[in-house]
Amino acid sequence: MKKTWNGPLNKIDDYRWEIPQNYSSGMRVPGMIYASKELLDKIRLDQAPEQVANVAFLPGIVKRSFAMPDIHWGYGFPIGGVAATSVDEGVISPGGVGFDINCGVRLIRTDLTVDEVKPKINILINELFRVIPSGVGSTGKIRISFSELRKLLKRGAQWAVEKGFGWEDDIIFSEEEGCMEGANPELVSQRALERGKPQLGTLGSGNHFLEIQEIDKVYHQNIADKLGLKKGNISIMIHTGSRGFGHQVCTDYLLSMQKAVAKYAIHLPDRQLACAPVKSSEGKNYYAAMACAANYAWANRQCIMHWTREAFAKTFKANSHELGMRLVYDVAHNMAKIEEHQYLGKKTTLCVHRKGATRAFSPRHPDIPKRYQEIGQPVLIPGDMGRCSYCLVGTDKAMKETFGSTCHGAGRMMSRTFARKQARGRNIQKELLEKGIVVKAGSSGVLDEEMSDAYKDVNEIVEVMHQTGISQKVVRMKPLGVIKG
Amino acid sequence: MNKYKIIEHTADIGIHVTGKNLKDIFVNSAEGMFKIIIGECQYLNKEDFIYKILLTAENREALLFAWLNELLFLSETQLVIINQFKLIKLTDYYLEAEVRGVKMNRLKHRIEKEIKAVTYHCLEIRKDKKEDVLTARVIFDI
Repeated sequence: MKKTWNGPLNKIDDYRWEIPQNYSSGMRVPGMIYASKELLDKIRLDQAPEQVANVAFLPGIVKRSFAMPDIHWGYGFPIGGVAATSVDEGVISPGGVGFDINCGVRLIRTDLTVDEVKPKINILINELFRVIPSGVGSTGKIRISFSELRKLLKRGAQWAVEKGFGWEDDIIFSEEEGCMEGANPELVSQRALERGKPQLGTLGSGNHFLEIQEIDKVYHQNIADKLGLKKGNISIMIHTGSRGFGHQVCTDYLLSMQKAVAKYAIHLPDRQLACAPVKSSEGKNYYAAMACAANYAWANRQCIMHWTREAFAKTFKANSHELGMRLVYDVAHNMAKIEEHQYLGKKTTLCVHRKGATRAFSPRHPDIPKRYQEIGQPVLIPGDMGRCSYCLVGTDKAMKETFGSTCHGAGRMMSRTFARKQARGRNIQKELLEKGIVVKAGSSGVLDEEMSDAYKDVNEIVEVMHQTGISQKVVRMKPLGVIKG
Repeated sequence: MNKYKIIEHTADIGIHVTGKNLKDIFVNSAEGMFKIIIGECQYLNKEDFIYKILLTAENREALLFAWLNELLFLSETQLVIINQFKLIKLTDYYLEAEVRGVKMNRLKHRIEKEIKAVTYHCLEIRKDKKEDVLTARVIFDI
């Protein structure tokens, strides 16, 4: 099924490659892929570039159909795609967000050093694995009623903090302060509520994880200081999303969007791109339901962070404040947002779809916390469990070029079945242990599928964003311990 | 004739389904989907879950999408593995089925993979004239 893409990719410079608008007659704008020559060769191995071209068909899309260097083949949109549409003439597409609405990452700093944590890494990982439900079909420890769930859907991480799952300050350090405006639980199906209710506070499976990391390299001392990230200290990264709740919201609205495509006579090359005008009732309803799922995800990550703090507090016999376990930031990487951007010399309201892409706002942007006004928005890039992760910050260049968007991770290279075949006869857990990384997972199958070799090298991805000036490298983190679903 | 074949997709997984008629396509798709979820067959001989499904859709692809989503929803919310699919009535727009399965027991059953959703990507049911069979392709988000 996998075949190489041989379409045109015109070189703009060493890191920018354009799919010309005349490649396909329905394209409304050109496509633009950010990649090094080496990464581009890998990107061509599947049909992701074709999907970049397909996204350019969306009515009202402006400037370019963008793809970040971690782009890989998705369904409809490529993963690693960014598309901004005009709010007045454009569409919103659930496919441009994905099933795991507001899948995202949060990073917690600590005052703990690697020397303090390393001797206790096994205890910590076991404790985290015990207190944070993970894996397939996992259900949470929080029992809530449907009416409480509806409140959560409106309030996001703020709901969790009010219920005692976190510090008051936490919400400041999150995209949208952990709560998307305009969420309307009335527009969410009973099925989504039923799937979401038992799963609050669960990590899920697949590529979701919780990782204890060592900050091993600092690229920009001043910014790292402002973020509270110090070489040799420990940070914790949480990667998960809106679980079955978000999956159901997307499924429900894909159906209503299929009808909208016919109603508004929209021509699309792939049904998974189904969409509706941003201002139509279908478009507005999807946005309000998507916002509920986004809020669910923020509450989910907030609860998981709370138990992480408790696990550390228990292990180090100190409270989490004393350990300096402050939230650095929380970013979404599957989302559509209504944002104001400078476009063609004037302020324009756009619907920015980021599917497997991260918002990367510049210094002095009104939507980022006061504390980070001078440095720009923290951007959290998880790598695979055997290599490293990064914290970057957004730049003015990102605002000008990509509507304040950057990459989101390493990007898969092998399919999961192929990765399993490659891992046959190997013991991935043991291999990681030999590298000093303790991993605990629900099944060994997950570890095989998620092994380093299945991913592109995150260092190469981040380097592209750094070299193009779309984001600025701040620190690198190496995994010490990982729990996987 | 293989009832279904699991196919590769970089980030996701799919099935290529073959059947003599539409009923076969629906049953084989469901079997393929649960094969991805549970892997090799495990103690599924004592069914203790039974459920009736009624669905309508605008065309047969949309009906297949709805059918697989319905089974996923049941499996996730009722914590069951469904392994028997009896289609009582099936047209391009309407489906009536009775499904049976086994309530999950963490000690006995192990779930291989969580399927987040059925996608519309490349979703198609078509006639293979050469072989005189129907085929379908479904990609799942995992």
